[in-house]
Amino acid sequence: MAQKVICTFCGSVCDDVEFDVEEFKAKKFCKLGRSKFSKKERIKAPMVDGKEVSYEEATQKAAEILVNAKKPLLYGWASTVNEAIRLGVILTEKVRGVYDQCASVCHAPGTLAVIEEGLPGASLGAIKNRADLVIFWGSNPMEAHPRHPLRYSMSAKGLLISGRKDRKVVVVDVRKTKTAKKADVFVQIKPGYDYPIISALRALIKGEDIEVDEVGGVSKEQLKELAEMMKSAKYGVIFYGLGVTQSRGRDRNIENAVKLIQLLNRYTRFVIWPMRGHYNVVGSGEVPAWEVGYQYAIDFSRGYPRFSPAEFSANEVLQRKDCDAALVIAADPVAHFPKASVKHLKKIPVIQIDPFPNMTTLVADVVIPSAVYGLEAEGTAYRMDGIPLRVKKVIDTEYWSDEKILEELLKKVVELRGE
Amino acid sequence: MHHMLHIKNGIVIDTKNGIKAEKMDIFVKEGKIVEESEIDKSQCKVIDASNKLVVAGGVDMHAHIAGSKINTGRTMRPEEMRMVRQIANKFRASVGRVLLTSPAIGYEYAKMGYTTSFEAAQPPIGALHTHEELDAIPMVDKAALPVFGNWHFVFKYVAENDIEKLKTFIAWAIERTKGFGVKVVNPGGVEAWMYGGNCRSLDDEVPNFGVTPREIITSLIKATEELNLCHSVHLHCNNLGNPGNFETTIETMKLANGFSNDKRQVLHVTHVQFNAYAGSSWRDVGSGAAEIAKVVNGMDNVTIDMGAAIFGHATAMTGDAPFQFTLHKLLGARWSNKDSEVEGGAGIVPIMYLPKNPVHALQWAIGLELGLLVESDKVVLTTDFPNGGPFTEYPYVMAMLMSKKMREKELERVSPYVQKAANLPSIDAEKTLDEVMHMTRALSARVLGLENKGHLGVGADADISIYDFNPNEIDTSNDYEIINKAFRNALYTIKGGVIIVKEGQLVDEVWGTTYWVDATNKVDTEAIEEDLDKYFELYYSVEKEHYGVEEAWIKNPTRLVMG
Ligand code: SF4
Ligand SMILES: [Zn+2]
Repeated sequence: MAQKVICTFCGSVCDDVEFDVEEFKAKKFCKLGRSKFSKKERIKAPMVDGKEVSYEEATQKAAEILVNAKKPLLYGWASTVNEAIRLGVILTEKVRGVYDQCASVCHAPGTLAVIEEGLPGASLGAIKNRADLVIFWGSNPMEAHPRHPLRYSMSAKGLLISGRKDRKVVVVDVRKTKTAKKADVFVQIKPGYDYPIISALRALIKGEDIEVDEVGGVSKEQLKELAEMMKSAKYGVIFYGLGVTQSRGRDRNIENAVKLIQLLNRYTRFVIWPMRGHYNVVGSGEVPAWEVGYQYAIDFSRGYPRFSPAEFSANEVLQRKDCDAALVIAADPVAHFPKASVKHLKKIPVIQIDPFPNMTTLVADVVIPSAVYGLEAEGTAYRMDGIPLRVKKVIDTEYWSDEKILEELLKKVVELRGE
Repeated sequence: MHHMLHIKNGIVIDTKNGIKAEKMDIFVKEGKIVEESEIDKSQCKVIDASNKLVVAGGVDMHAHIAGSKINTGRTMRPEEMRMVRQIANKFRASVGRVLLTSPAIGYEYAKMGYTTSFEAAQPPIGALHTHEELDAIPMVDKAALPVFGNWHFVFKYVAENDIEKLKTFIAWAIERTKGFGVKVVNPGGVEAWMYGGNCRSLDDEVPNFGVTPREIITSLIKATEELNLCHSVHLHCNNLGNPGNFETTIETMKLANGFSNDKRQVLHVTHVQFNAYAGSSWRDVGSGAAEIAKVVNGMDNVTIDMGAAIFGHATAMTGDAPFQFTLHKLLGARWSNKDSEVEGGAGIVPIMYLPKNPVHALQWAIGLELGLLVESDKVVLTTDFPNGGPFTEYPYVMAMLMSKKMREKELERVSPYVQKAANLPSIDAEKTLDEVMHMTRALSARVLGLENKGHLGVGADADISIYDFNPNEIDTSNDYEIINKAFRNALYTIKGGVIIVKEGQLVDEVWGTTYWVDATNKVDTEAIEEDLDKYFELYYSVEKEHYGVEEAWIKNPTRLVMG
């Protein structure tokens, strides 16, 4: 019999999906989620220097590495639960290391924009109930968050909106994505021109003239239409993605977009929200925020937290060779980081905690396999809009959960430090 | 470690039990206050409290200490976190200026001798987040108040005039959120904000629902009283932050007429400073505190808290999303907003209260006026942390209430606008130490319905603070500096019988309990099941079975079953 579970793949954190334990079969999931909730290759057992060992031995060795390091980097966190993240933050504080999470290589510019201007937003439920205009800006949910359009945005039904026909969908992107093909309006922009286009929209909405015929590949006519559409919407939303945060302008693009939203709320209601990727990347920022005051790029080498993205992001630390050990959890920096970072990672002792083998496994000195949250272990995750959900355990496993591994690690670190 | 304690020769103020600065001994066993005969004196740790003030631990009934609002505030304001209070050692690293990290919140309360703090606005769907943060706060007991005033279920049952279903829904919702009571923020106004509007008067209609704030408040009081919850409706009024709003506040208070409860108020109106403005614009704004005080003093079923404004940094964070947008426009400051499913919303805006700014100085004066003009049995000391400022400045407010001399000195440095627009310069009243202890202990505990808090009678929780002065020797009118200093750093703070602070320094870490209220025994949830199913199916973005918080997920819960 299938039972309701909560998907732990992307930031949509769909909680209407089902899993049949006897048949080991995922139902209602999208392709991405289904692949996580299927039989996959796992790390078989804990390993130290390639040799299989017990959890006991692996965590002991990991604790020694962390205690002996002058400044370890503890990185990843976006695909684990808050309970584990909290222990990770406390552990980092104890060993006076650096805490950083996956956002520093994707959505961190959005966080910087929050510092500059704030975040006028809404829960996905509010959006499905009210939004008559949905703009995907540099985001492509049809591919990255496949059930988002159905559940929350494009065709979701709600209080004031009875479905797709009650809603205008606009895609702003550099290429005609799968999402763009489903939109009512596609605005193709030149790469790197998000900022001036947003500025042009702000001017037009204020009723000013922009005195040029085209901005970033978009004609004045089309910009005027878009501005008018935004101003006359009853409740609009911009969902932005990596296309905005990782193109020229980065945090300044988002800052400008937030200013556009501030302006629009003088005429109507409008919100903006980032399309966060991993299922709990939001938690990996929220937990350290309440524990130590910041979301990412946090250095504890002085015994108290300091935040500085340009210094304490994982890549900055690695490329400066400013860490002498690393713990990587629920991430694969070897596959995704620039060569210069990976080069240093290969030189220092690395501890990996992950259910699945990846490129980072190959360079790790200590490998600690863990249970899959949502399937084999339970815990709290924050959907992309910050809504908390308790993901479930429906299968028994011999694997320890990240929470248990970190609890043990923290205990051993405290012992070794003689506290 | 739980010791038996013998607190010897202290000068005790315990207003609930009528003890007015009397020399006496207090005995503690297993986290409770006990009779002398219960104690084995040979096993017992003795604290010499000779010539020192001994009172119950402070109870903060309204602060924003946990959940998505304060955490978004932290994210928005890393500049707040540069103040390092403590380097990691036996205790956690602790940072924050006004906004604090969760460990810092617990530590700072403990140092002040406060042992209980309630999160005053929990977005229902975010309840799990709120509880995770409450679980990360050491030292104090805590709880959270879910917000009801813009929840579509409430509109529906109020529109249908179905008090039975409203009661059932309240019981269901408090259980699901592991909440403590019925918080109401700008009823109807936040729903109107979804269309860019607000409900500034009690009779403004909520779009699409045909109900008014007046009806929502009245129905919620009725339902809360019929359920006999330990805490009354806890209301953030409509029209907050606008000149002239004191009249709305008074009209709102009068909605409590006709309701009564033997144990407590039937309506608590919160952070009234923000709702006590006279005048018609920011140019002629004045104080409406005297008029409000007159009304509160004349009623026996309404209480308030001050929401005092403190000069310096603050962060406005409320469930009153339209007000937050107005503030953003007024200040040109950063602004976060969160519209939340069909439950309401919230907003966050940084702010700084400047003594020379006429409006800020007026706000500062009004907060104090409310504390001075309202009877001490009806007004609780708060700053609506972090809206009016840091809770760490409570000692300043205490000293100001007790000393006209201190107020005169402070008045010299603030905008002269206060001289004509406020009552403060002409107020001679000085609260006594007994009264101020009442306003921070016994009264706040009574308002919340916590029978074992706020006093030192046998059976009370052994939450005790000891301060370094003798109440019988101090002249509170003149010795305001001593008062202001002594209440910042308790000589001892004892939480549940454990000494956690000594001479203003942390000595031990404890984890308090999280209270939650269970009134489901008084209703049959079956009656609203169909409505719940329908709303979750149509208007929520999560499944009903995934909504809410299980008791097992909370670190140290205490379930209070309503009788
Ligand atoms: S959209 Fe995301 S959360 Fe939903 S099923 Fe697909 S991968 Fe899972
Ligand atoms: Zn408040």
